[in-house]
Amino acid sequence: MGRSKKKGPYVDPKLLKKVLELNEKGEKRVIKTWSRRSTIIPEFVGHTFAVYNGRKFIPVYVTELMIGHKLGEFAPTRTFHGHGDEKKKAKVKK
Amino acid sequence: MARIAGVDLPKDKRVEIALTYIFGIGKSSSKKILEKAGVDPNKRVKDLTPEEVGRIRDIIDKEYKVEGELRKEIAMNIKRLIDIGCYRGLRHLAGLPVRGQRTRTNARTRKGPRKTVPGRGKKRGAKK
Repeated sequence: MGRSKKKGPYVDPKLLKKVLELNEKGEKRVIKTWSRRSTIIPEFVGHTFAVYNGRKFIPVYVTELMIGHKLGEFAPTRTFHGHGDEKKKAKVKK
Repeated sequence: MARIAGVDLPKDKRVEIALTYIFGIGKSSSKKILEKAGVDPNKRVKDLTPEEVGRIRDIIDKEYKVEGELRKEIAMNIKRLIDIGCYRGLRHLAGLPVRGQRTRTNARTRKGPRKTVPGRGKKRGAKK
């Protein structure tokens, strides 16, 4: 079920503040964040976020199409390289 | 004779049911359409007058997205998910359930027929 409209989309307040600051000054800079649960709002477009996936930060460049999704949707938390094939398994961890 | 939205025409069925042969129209939209067109849902398709067929066709053309157009929209939605590289897109690519269902067992609709792997079995949750 969706979130109440009254509340609007959820964005981590700290993250939102950072983005708005960058917007004011004219952008650039990658924003490191752990806030995978934050909704991508129009203000985010054009920024690059480094979204934590539990192991490392995945760079996510935000485009218009991504609005309404959460940051975490773009930084997968699981690694699956298929079953079998020992060679593949060896190079899994970077 | 009754040809609506391209390809559809089961003659001996009740209209209410016959309309559901169109991709994108189920029983509930079928009912609404017939009510709006003022056609008795129990009438058989072969007994419809050309005017009735016309009215039904008009309503569907104007208000409903059906068949090819609908399929296209669905494909586009999925393509969008894949293009932006989000989790749901990746699940579509992998041919696995998209909405967080379990995949240890079941999920056969998405995964297709079982592929038997030697040495697997007797593990809990993998019965049969």
